Amino acid sequence: MNKELLEQSLILNRRKFLSKLSLGIGSVALGSLLIPDLFTGKPDEEVLMAGLPHFAPKAKRIIYLFQNGAPSQLDLFDYKPKLQEMFGLDLPESIRMGQRLTGMTADQKKFPLAGSIFNFKQYGKTGAWFSELLPHIASVSDDLCIVKSLFTEAINHDPALTFFQTGAQVGNRPSMGSWLSYGLGSENKNLPAFCVLLSKGKGNGQGVYSKLWSNGFLDSIHQGVQFSSGDNPVLYLNNPESISKEDRRKMLDKVNELNEVAYEEFGDPEINTKIQQYEMAFRMQTAVPEITDMSKEPESIIKLYGPECLIPGTYAANCLLARKLSENGVRFVQLYHQGWDGHNNLPNEIKGQCQDVDQASAALITDLKQRGLLDETLVIWGGEFGRTNYCQGTLTKDNYGRDHHPRCFTIMMAGGGVKPGVYGETDDFGYNIIKDPVHVNDFHATVLNLMGINHEQLTYKHLGRRYRLTDVAGKVVNGIIA
Amino acid sequence: MKHKIIVIILFFASVTTGFVSCFNNNEKLEKSLPQTVSFNFHIRPILSDKCFKCHGPDANKRAANLRLDFAANAYAPLTETKGAFAIIPGNPEESELVKRISSDDPSYMMPSPEGHLGTLTPYEIALFKKWIQQGAKYETHWAFISPQKKTLPKIDNKSWPKNEIDYFIENKLEEKGLIPNEEADKERLLKRMALDITGLPPSIAMMDEFINDNSPKAYEKIVDELLSSPQYGEKMAAHWLDVARYADSYGYQDDNIRTQWPWRDWVIHAFNNNFPYDKFLTWQIAGDMLPNATKEQILATAFLRNHKYTEEAGVILEEYRMGYLIDETKTFSKGIMGITVECAQCHDHKYDPIKQKDYYSLLAFFNNTKEKGFEGDVGSSKPAKYPILKINNDEVKNMLSFINKKDTAMMTVSVMAEDTLRQTFLLMRGVYDKPNGEALLPSAIPAVMKFDDAKYQRNRIGLAQWTTDKKNPLTARVFVNQIWQEFFGRGIVKTSGDFGMQGELPTHPELLDWLAVDFMEHGWNIKRLVKQIVLSSTYRQSVKTTDEKQKKDPDNIYLSRGPRSRLSAEFIRDVVLSSSGLLVKTIGGPSVKPYQPKGLWEGATSGRGELATYKQDKGEDLYRRGLYTFIKLTIPPPGLALFDASNRDQCEVKRSKTNTPLQALIMMNDPTVLEASRVLAQQLMRESSPPEEKIQKAFRLIICRKTNAKEKEILLLYFNDQLQQFRQKKLDAKATVNVGEYPQKEIADIVGFAALMKTINAIYNMEEAITKS
Repeated sequence: MNKELLEQSLILNRRKFLSKLSLGIGSVALGSLLIPDLFTGKPDEEVLMAGLPHFAPKAKRIIYLFQNGAPSQLDLFDYKPKLQEMFGLDLPESIRMGQRLTGMTADQKKFPLAGSIFNFKQYGKTGAWFSELLPHIASVSDDLCIVKSLFTEAINHDPALTFFQTGAQVGNRPSMGSWLSYGLGSENKNLPAFCVLLSKGKGNGQGVYSKLWSNGFLDSIHQGVQFSSGDNPVLYLNNPESISKEDRRKMLDKVNELNEVAYEEFGDPEINTKIQQYEMAFRMQTAVPEITDMSKEPESIIKLYGPECLIPGTYAANCLLARKLSENGVRFVQLYHQGWDGHNNLPNEIKGQCQDVDQASAALITDLKQRGLLDETLVIWGGEFGRTNYCQGTLTKDNYGRDHHPRCFTIMMAGGGVKPGVYGETDDFGYNIIKDPVHVNDFHATVLNLMGINHEQLTYKHLGRRYRLTDVAGKVVNGIIA
Repeated sequence: MKHKIIVIILFFASVTTGFVSCFNNNEKLEKSLPQTVSFNFHIRPILSDKCFKCHGPDANKRAANLRLDFAANAYAPLTETKGAFAIIPGNPEESELVKRISSDDPSYMMPSPEGHLGTLTPYEIALFKKWIQQGAKYETHWAFISPQKKTLPKIDNKSWPKNEIDYFIENKLEEKGLIPNEEADKERLLKRMALDITGLPPSIAMMDEFINDNSPKAYEKIVDELLSSPQYGEKMAAHWLDVARYADSYGYQDDNIRTQWPWRDWVIHAFNNNFPYDKFLTWQIAGDMLPNATKEQILATAFLRNHKYTEEAGVILEEYRMGYLIDETKTFSKGIMGITVECAQCHDHKYDPIKQKDYYSLLAFFNNTKEKGFEGDVGSSKPAKYPILKINNDEVKNMLSFINKKDTAMMTVSVMAEDTLRQTFLLMRGVYDKPNGEALLPSAIPAVMKFDDAKYQRNRIGLAQWTTDKKNPLTARVFVNQIWQEFFGRGIVKTSGDFGMQGELPTHPELLDWLAVDFMEHGWNIKRLVKQIVLSSTYRQSVKTTDEKQKKDPDNIYLSRGPRSRLSAEFIRDVVLSSSGLLVKTIGGPSVKPYQPKGLWEGATSGRGELATYKQDKGEDLYRRGLYTFIKLTIPPPGLALFDASNRDQCEVKRSKTNTPLQALIMMNDPTVLEASRVLAQQLMRESSPPEEKIQKAFRLIICRKTNAKEKEILLLYFNDQLQQFRQKKLDAKATVNVGEYPQKEIADIVGFAALMKTINAIYNMEEAITKS
């Protein structure tokens, strides 16, 4: 980049920069899509990110495999033989303690306990329990930090998802990925810092909403960019077929010339920014298809993730794509896999869901590991709450449903500075936490900590108040940090 | 590389110089302080930002029993530091506050390091010292004192002002050593005005008319013409729809369709008929309670009911019902009052004098309908939720003719209907099932203005009266500021949704007050206010900037140049459709579904409800203004969202204006832009003019001025190159023009047609095409 251009970039960035400076130390955070482009050449970006990260990060990037709809911890990880012993008996009031229920089971007269019909086994050095539904994930058990004591405040999907992704139930707050984009920027000048990939299972599904990857009150450059499985992996990325790359280049050159005429007349720095944004768009047009192209992946990789990874839009394909994006410096890759909301017919539905995700989830961890990337990449796997130990609807020997259960559930993490093993414990009924509870705010504080950020200091002042991902709470869970 | 680092270091050095190092020397620091230190303008912003968190209005979080927002408490003996006083008027050296903010001992200094609020700068410390020296006088927060119309300020350059606004602007410019720009050229001025007033670019006929009219009244004539066009109401409505979080779906998980659009049609109608702002508000707050309320008045209250509504089975009814009330309260307080009160949902406000009890007393006004938290899941979804207004076909034909109804079916809209059964309680920590204490009487925020029982009833009518009382210090200021923001890109108070203590101070407080009072004195006349703004010399300035201006005022806070900014999302679409001749100017009606990338709704849906799949419209509905694009809350239209449109999740009063590569991709590849390029080319090909003229005409339609020599040359070069490419079959002419559903016309010179289309597409991608310049 020549000196003049850089100077211009600095001038035009100065305004935004100054207004951020006035927020005080620690809050100088810069954009992901806009900024790197202005400072072509990576090291300089870091010069500008005064104060961030706050300390040496253990993880540089995150891949979050969100299991949308809330998988049943009782059928996958949290082995409770007691529930099998007491199959069909009513949940004792001493355990339930009058806690609130959703409108779907609040009127039920009985709460018959439903032990999982699936077999459990212990795996690896840590001896973690897994059900037979997750053989692949169980095989990488020694890389996993399994937190059995997550709890949340929300009892319905929409607020619970929103809470998990943004730290608040109300909506309109920036999501985790946006906070990280704002705080740490991008490592790649041709790709957005925060990418979102969606897939759907066959189970009972709950929608996902773009507010989950919203920038909230942060600048929209921090918004998650949704990749889709169609021909256009990023919205409006592809030129019409009649326009080749060279042709596009030609047009951009002319448009740049025209914009420069306007700049000479008005001197508005926004005009230069516009020129830069067109240039980045042009680079994305090459960079994104290269990343989404799976045709050059070797046979061993296809085998690892399973044949579905060649079908765009599947969970397996998204896992592979997530690895490629992350490998190329995307700060936060967020997957959502729908279909875990097993109110009725859970045993059958969960089988299908596990078939979708088991192999590919494990493959992602193995793949990152063999590339030497797992150390610096934090992989997270989990849903928005747990499911009840009692049956919703009619309980039979081989069928049951489970309602929402915010009081305890399990998530898994791997790589990026987490300590493999099992953390936290629930009671014999899998209903209450009896050891080391982890609130969603604590989870966020810990994730930010792994990324080298003090969660109390990554703030943004909006409408008179400094906001943060952890709102007014959250403490780092040191027990899961290596 | 080296270069870059050096430049960055220089940059940092210059930043720090500006803020810190020039104050190393005390004399300089002393000199830079204001003559009189004002509590409102200098001291409170620091207190609010750095001290009130622990020493402010929130009783529960108050440390050391000290509050600094009240003189009596700040002057009183400290309870934890015996014999000391936080503030001793006239004696900064002995004031404990000064000692602590100047200290660097972590156990003694303030703000304390644990608070992560940062320390005060030497300049801020000096301000405190001088303020205490001068008597440490406290004042009521500026925004809570009724505005007064002061006499116009004295200025040297008396020939510049065209109306009162300019006196205030010029006064500040002279103070800052800035000189206003000359008037913009007529072409650009007309584009600016037309976009600001109607959201559409001027037609060529209008351009010619204005350019050739040299009479002194030419400008005003065009302003009047624009103000009386029906597109004015659409332009003004766009902002109000953000305030009112208008959408076409319920939000939340299944996100089914709802019918609030008749209210949107009413808003357009109200602006076009120039409803006075006090009436406009009264109807929306309490239309249903007016004596012999008409259906139109009841319809207006849909304003409050545009909130999201859950259809998720299993929700707890009261939790959601409270959520809706909280949303209504927020829309009123942020959108109309310009203050944030939601902090007080859980505790006394930390920065503003708003108690938790005040919050629930305000909410109590809205807590008087039979609204439920949940009426059934998506399987039994209805287009409106109780209370509803039923509108039949006859009513639309007669009294509600502004509703653009397409069929004869009965229509329902979610509205307000007063019912006196409910009681409101303060909720502990804001939790719906933790009511506390006695039932609260409805009352408006006392810190803003007392809610006088003798004057107002304790219901929404009373709230509307309190709101539109000319003594209310906020209502007129907040609205005038929002309108100013629409025209100048930034409000006189930059934080247009927060006039509280954490909000920014007005850059021109006397102007804001003058405009607010003048607005009320003239019957809350909105068109008059708009006209006042656009007739000013301030508004008419050219946007040219110089190094000096850029250095002295990079953000153009003092307005020594005209406003220049990227258009809002809806108007980008409007410019594209209008300039190409595609725009269908129908007003109102059900929202429409234009082109959208495939799979967006389908990829994220639960599969339930009418909106599980995106059914793109056909024909005319593809070419409606951006205002009418269907808003599905959980997946807002990407073409609008990427250009910073509000997601309509909650009340918004201000949009950001970002500049991102995804926006560049839209302008390059959105079928709407490509189709507009094709259709405009198609029309021009049917005129018997040489290519240069065709290009010139397209340029005028899109950019709204004639090309200069350089632009002409660049475009013609491009056109000829493309012509070459198509002729040599390096590019496929037929495939190029094959875009969009608008009927193709047989054009013999297909190569010329395609080359012209590409040239026009390049014009659409110019920065100026979507910029108000």
